[in-house]
Amino acid sequence: MKTKSATKSQSHRGRSMMAKTLHPFVALALIASMLPEPMAAQQGANVTLIQNGTILTATKGTMQKGSILIRDGKIAEVGANVKAPAGATVIDATGMYVTPGLIDCHSHIAAEGNINEGSIAVSSMVAIADVLDPDDIDIYRELAGGTTTSNVLHGSANPIGGLNQVIKHRWGKDAKGLIFEGAPPGIKFALGENPKRSNFTPQPGQQRRYPNTRMGVMDVIRQAFIDAREYKKTWDSYNKRVAAGEKNVIPPRRDLKLEPLVEILEGKRYVHSHGYRSDELRQLLLLAEEFGFRVRTLQHVLEGYKIAKEMAKHGVGGSTFSDWWSYKNEAYDAIPYNAAIMTKYGVVVSINSDSAEEARHLNQEAAKTMKYGGMSETEALKMVTINPAIQLGIDKRVGSIEVGKDADLVIWDKHPLSIYAVAQKSLIDGTVYFDRKKDIEHRAEVEKEKKALMDKEKSAAPQRQSPPGKAPGTEGAPQRERRRPPVTNDGGAR
Amino acid sequence: MKQRSVRRVWREAWSAMVAALLMMALAVGPISIAPAWGQAKGVEPPYFAIKGAKIVTVSGGVIENGTVVVANGLITAVGADAKIPPEAWVIDGKGLTVYPGLIDAFTDVGLPAAPAAPAGGAPGAGAPVVQQAAAQQRLSQGPEDRPGTTPWRNAADELQPGERRVEQWRNAGFTTVLSAPKTGIFPGQGAVIDLAGERPGEMVVKTPATLHITLQQPGGFAGFPGSLFGVIAYIKQIFLDAAQARTADEIYSANPKGIERPDYDRATAVINAALRANRPVFFPATTSAQILRALNLNEQLKVNMVLYHVQNAYEPTAASAIAAKKVPVLVSLKWPEKETGGDPEADELLRTLRFRANAPSTPAALEKAGVKFAFYSDGITNPKDILKNAKKSIDAGLKADSALRAFTLGAAEILGVADRLGSIETGKIANLVVTTGDIFNDRTQVKYVFVDGRRFDVKEQAPPAPAGVPGAAPARMAGRWSLTVNTPDGAQPVTADLAQAADGTLSGSITTAFGNSTVSKGSVTGNQFTFTFVLDVGQGPSDWVVSGTIEGNTMKGTVSGIGQVFDFTGTRAGPGSSAAEEVGR
Repeated sequence: MKTKSATKSQSHRGRSMMAKTLHPFVALALIASMLPEPMAAQQGANVTLIQNGTILTATKGTMQKGSILIRDGKIAEVGANVKAPAGATVIDATGMYVTPGLIDCHSHIAAEGNINEGSIAVSSMVAIADVLDPDDIDIYRELAGGTTTSNVLHGSANPIGGLNQVIKHRWGKDAKGLIFEGAPPGIKFALGENPKRSNFTPQPGQQRRYPNTRMGVMDVIRQAFIDAREYKKTWDSYNKRVAAGEKNVIPPRRDLKLEPLVEILEGKRYVHSHGYRSDELRQLLLLAEEFGFRVRTLQHVLEGYKIAKEMAKHGVGGSTFSDWWSYKNEAYDAIPYNAAIMTKYGVVVSINSDSAEEARHLNQEAAKTMKYGGMSETEALKMVTINPAIQLGIDKRVGSIEVGKDADLVIWDKHPLSIYAVAQKSLIDGTVYFDRKKDIEHRAEVEKEKKALMDKEKSAAPQRQSPPGKAPGTEGAPQRERRRPPVTNDGGAR
Repeated sequence: MKQRSVRRVWREAWSAMVAALLMMALAVGPISIAPAWGQAKGVEPPYFAIKGAKIVTVSGGVIENGTVVVANGLITAVGADAKIPPEAWVIDGKGLTVYPGLIDAFTDVGLPAAPAAPAGGAPGAGAPVVQQAAAQQRLSQGPEDRPGTTPWRNAADELQPGERRVEQWRNAGFTTVLSAPKTGIFPGQGAVIDLAGERPGEMVVKTPATLHITLQQPGGFAGFPGSLFGVIAYIKQIFLDAAQARTADEIYSANPKGIERPDYDRATAVINAALRANRPVFFPATTSAQILRALNLNEQLKVNMVLYHVQNAYEPTAASAIAAKKVPVLVSLKWPEKETGGDPEADELLRTLRFRANAPSTPAALEKAGVKFAFYSDGITNPKDILKNAKKSIDAGLKADSALRAFTLGAAEILGVADRLGSIETGKIANLVVTTGDIFNDRTQVKYVFVDGRRFDVKEQAPPAPAGVPGAAPARMAGRWSLTVNTPDGAQPVTADLAQAADGTLSGSITTAFGNSTVSKGSVTGNQFTFTFVLDVGQGPSDWVVSGTIEGNTMKGTVSGIGQVFDFTGTRAGPGSSAAEEVGR
């Protein structure tokens, strides 16, 4: 579990290894936060050629000096001798690297308000799609780190949480424009410390919510599916009576809480379950088998290496962290070899962020599996491209550089599995949504407009005195130190 | 408008007043007072004519030198040469401008300051406080508990004609408001009311006029819903439940034999009645994302939606999306301001800066996109700021005519009362504002306000009491004060034992003939102060607001509560109790 801090840009684990590489990202993101318009200057150009780059396709090997032709947002051709048709926009990638857009299988960005409906143990009626926030600057910041698709999940306060939404980082579009059209629907489940509210201290006047134990968590999930079966039976019986021509039948109540659970039972909705310990993860798989469905992904799954064989048998994906552990009671048995071991047992594994900061360098997170567990370059890259695409059921569309797929691409100045690589351009559906050069050029304009607006405001209002006790300039400075954010009353459940 | 003779209105008003006085004397004891305007005005004839004035009809252009005739509460003639009946009281309108009475399209003016919102399923107003508190403590476990849902509350049933803002708003030129309860996800229904009358029933123009939805989260982590998506899910669910109840009801009432009886649910019953009447449903949205979200949600709800709190429609996507759905909009005139008390050097997002700079251009953008809109005060406390803030929209490109329309006919159309209000036309309710000039000019003064044909003289406003110099240390108020509150039935002694914190916050206790109370919401700025206490003077516990000025060891000001206002004076009798003084340090 990780905690989305108040600023959304800090991670709480207190590590410092990223501090140096982070620095330019922080600066970039701060500037980007003031960007008025999406960097989508080439929108509308329906033919683009990216030429002369090293192409890491993720599924079809690596091509030196290759080109990619994009037509109407799709990859039309990939090869050494692809020529630009007349009128095409040409992006020269000489000396650069091209990868599929990175995919984050566990994100909490771009949602307005609390991402936990923590008041009740089963909150399957709430939906990320209802609160998408296209103005969340994290969409753009992550784009600047090469992430083009994210699985936006409800938090982990509840055994059964809310409905997820897979999005593309189409910065500048409205909420509907973010939605990854056609992505299979899913839902968040959670096991362990968070749903049993271990870190949650009730405020005066609040009550402790059931469940308080791991047994209780399983009970809540099982009971919910029993209710869902009952609910389905009620509707089936109603539909049968109506189909038989019976008149004057009062329809049952539609229940937004149980409808998604029926969809799970019918195999129409993916379960993405947060969990750490192998015992309870295994229990969930058995419970799912009891009710006749498959869990789609286990999220975090830090003890996945202990049950990799069982996971492969069930067909569940593992979406884990690269090398985080011991930040909470249930994370003590984690090892950095987790992703590699699960992969070796045949589990489809992705490395996720669970953090708006981490999602700005998923490439580096993936690279760590080469150090811990000896994954190949391709295997490592797959962990943040085609594998999460498979887990989310969108691998026909994204996750690799193949003809016919969406032109979601990232152009890097160095090999993307190097810590020195910086994303230069990020494309979605063939449109450039992030262009590092233009971003930098744009910063002066932004500063100018800001200054003009601030000056106008100052001249309109009488000058206020600086509040006492604060040294000038200390408040506006970005906080770079990595520290634990204050404990919030949601128990930090993400 | 009621088709009654004004004489009858007066007779009724008089007897109601006498009855009210008697009742108050019985119930309240020494505190009772005659309604303010009844005292202030003599009996006037039921006919008026304003002659030789500039008449801005809104619906039919401007008459530079015209006459409006008012009889029995209605406009009976308007024109350059409208005939003046011999019995009319003629007002020389030379140099004056007559506008339709202004409408504040969404307020809680006329409602008690802190209405006790009964929890879902709990008894209505008047229930013992203890019972209400117990009901509120039961945490909502899901949509079935109907959290924050009291659509049956109706502003018309809770009106207090003497509520202090009724007169304040009227003096600023507002003759009509939509008043609605504000607490909860479904706080209740609104009523269009005219701002004059002794009895609530007289004030009501249309009720119920509107159904209200908010995105308030009553629960937090303590009860459902505790999140924005929780509230939205709840709204969707209750509309599904309402649809189901409708179907069940139709099937059952057509053929009750052999069918299991559907449950009665007060919440869905009221919502269904509102939907059947195609009543405007108010829904909040500020930013473009929120506006699109609301419009998107309405694809499912399919209600006669009115968006309120819109301030961001200068972003073209928002205005055009609203226009495409033909949804009317209420623009909040409480423009965004830089938060006070923050670090003035703190870096702010360009988006935030743009919002503050461009919000007042929202009405012009809406007009350009062809969106029907009206203005509302949205918590502005001084009604004079309402027009002042609207002027900012004119400065930002809105035509003055359109701004006026947004306060008159435009608002009346959105609220469903354009057939009786909003313009100067024969047959409409005689709600008029007579000014010394252009209503958006801040030097213009309101001379008369006519509400339902009754004339109110607006006296030259006394210059505001010397405000505390910003930044100056608050006057010292700690101590034991002997106050004398002047009621029509004589002076009432009250003792206030006050403590004062360094920042001016007041606390302490109050001793009165009706019992004791504690001070809340107390503050001192310069030599001005205000505080509140709760006291039951025989009509249930209500808020009493004390405000005034302090000079050395004396103070004076007003005490207001249960729709009444009394003057008081006071002197410092001693240093106060030790407990209070301790807080003061």
